[in-house]
Amino acid sequence: MKPRFMQGNEACAEGAILAGCKFFAGYPITPQSEIMRYMAEKLPKLGGVYIQAEDEIAAICSVIGASWAGAKAMTATSGPGFSLMQEALSYAVMTETPLVVVDVQRLGPSTGQATKCGQGDIMQSRWGRHGDQTLVVLAPYSPQEMLELTARAFSIACKLRTPVIVLSDETVAHMREEVYIPEGLEAPEPPRPKPGEAEFFGSREPAGVPPMPRVGDGFNVMVTGSTHDSRGYRKTADPQVHRRLVTRIVAKIESREPELRDIDYYGVESPELLLVAVGSAARSVKEAVRRLLSRGVRAALFRPRTLFPFPASTLSQLAEEAKAVLVVELNLGQLIEEVRKHIKPPCRVEGLNKIGGGEPIAPSEVEKAAARLL
Amino acid sequence: MSRAEVVIAGFGGQGIMLAGYILGYAATIYDRKNAVQMESYGPEARGGAAKTELIISTEEIDYPIVEEPDILVVMSQEAYTRYHSKVKSNGTLIIDEDLVDLTPPPPPGVSVYKVPATRIAEALGRRIVANMVMLGALCAITKVVSPKAMEEAIKSRVPKGTEELNIKAFRAGYDFAIRLMRGEVD
Repeated sequence: MKPRFMQGNEACAEGAILAGCKFFAGYPITPQSEIMRYMAEKLPKLGGVYIQAEDEIAAICSVIGASWAGAKAMTATSGPGFSLMQEALSYAVMTETPLVVVDVQRLGPSTGQATKCGQGDIMQSRWGRHGDQTLVVLAPYSPQEMLELTARAFSIACKLRTPVIVLSDETVAHMREEVYIPEGLEAPEPPRPKPGEAEFFGSREPAGVPPMPRVGDGFNVMVTGSTHDSRGYRKTADPQVHRRLVTRIVAKIESREPELRDIDYYGVESPELLLVAVGSAARSVKEAVRRLLSRGVRAALFRPRTLFPFPASTLSQLAEEAKAVLVVELNLGQLIEEVRKHIKPPCRVEGLNKIGGGEPIAPSEVEKAAARLL
Repeated sequence: MSRAEVVIAGFGGQGIMLAGYILGYAATIYDRKNAVQMESYGPEARGGAAKTELIISTEEIDYPIVEEPDILVVMSQEAYTRYHSKVKSNGTLIIDEDLVDLTPPPPPGVSVYKVPATRIAEALGRRIVANMVMLGALCAITKVVSPKAMEEAIKSRVPKGTEELNIKAFRAGYDFAIRLMRGEVD
């Protein structure tokens, strides 16, 4: 098959289209604008809908509406817009609404250095919302993965009736590289109810995914962010109903960590130095690991493409023989907190961090940090 | 060359990004190598600084950032000032001689090629194809991508109806560089 030479953002949009995305609403923001541009050009021709909303809140809310109307729906944004979307994302978690949000990270806080690369939204992607909640976060590191993981995000969103975040960054989004278009990217429909069914918000299984009716199909559908029973009726004081609902919503993601697990592992099998990184930082680390291996250092890169739910057990196992774990991030230390939870002494966990000007972490800097730890 | 790091820089409106895109496209799609292209530009659509970086390699490319280019193509004085000192000591510098003055001088050991790309483009009728003239020179001098791949890439990537002019400009730059290397022109 003939490859294409594609930008990360274009590949992301193409991945969404191939997954069956038929609705995109967004508000322009660097560095995701090429995703919107691509969608604006292509979606209407494919019978889809593209909306430039008045702001990010309207964008995410219309994506939620489109999803309930039966469309595979997506928005794309960057840090400031991602913050605005958090409240509605919490609503999407509570109402079990499948949708995809692409966050192309830039350098914050606030408008910070708006055209420069950063990875400061890692914890926001997992914990940005209020209340007990979880969702799935995927982290691509190349245009090829921008395409494949965006398509996969739709598939997970539909199967599990959940929002899925594609957490990219400016470097990955603006990079052009060869991209192959694989077969079979179309996402399945969410589970749909049969006539007569009425329980769209509950399951007998503790981690079950209830069927999702489309508005207009004739089912009696109530969608509310307030605590609701399996039929969607508000139950805002009943402790059992709340416990059952929220525990199931979290369990349907957390219990599926093994099947959601997607790790790029590069290096020796039981490393003395394990390096952890995602997104563009991982490209620096991969090159550094290549150099370390050629010098005989027992090193490896652990790159969770499914970032959350975090593949904790795999990491713990891989680090069993390790002297040290080095977490490399374009922020002041976020992923390292997750990694630390799963590594036992005497293995040390250290960070290599850099922010400002969009400067990448050079492989030589990773090598130096590695030398200090060994 | 198994790995080449290329920087093309100038100002907005010169088609710097398109030149980088076509080079990367030719390398991957037609020469079947690996290539990564990165872009950076000033806030203005036209007139601001523009730069594209490429790594072209027969090996896998992980780290996508060019630190010291093997090949630097500059089409503005500002770009020269900013990037000339970063070229590898055995590297190649290609300038549009009507737009770039070599002060301060490039690092010792760098091979310098002066190509009047904008003038050649004007002689062909449109200065807008100076980027293609530069690509022709780059292709002839450095051989990072085959001329056949470049021509295929240009034909498929430039706006419809302009293929002939762009190819003509590419060939003019290619031929000029060949004569330059033979010492037939200054």
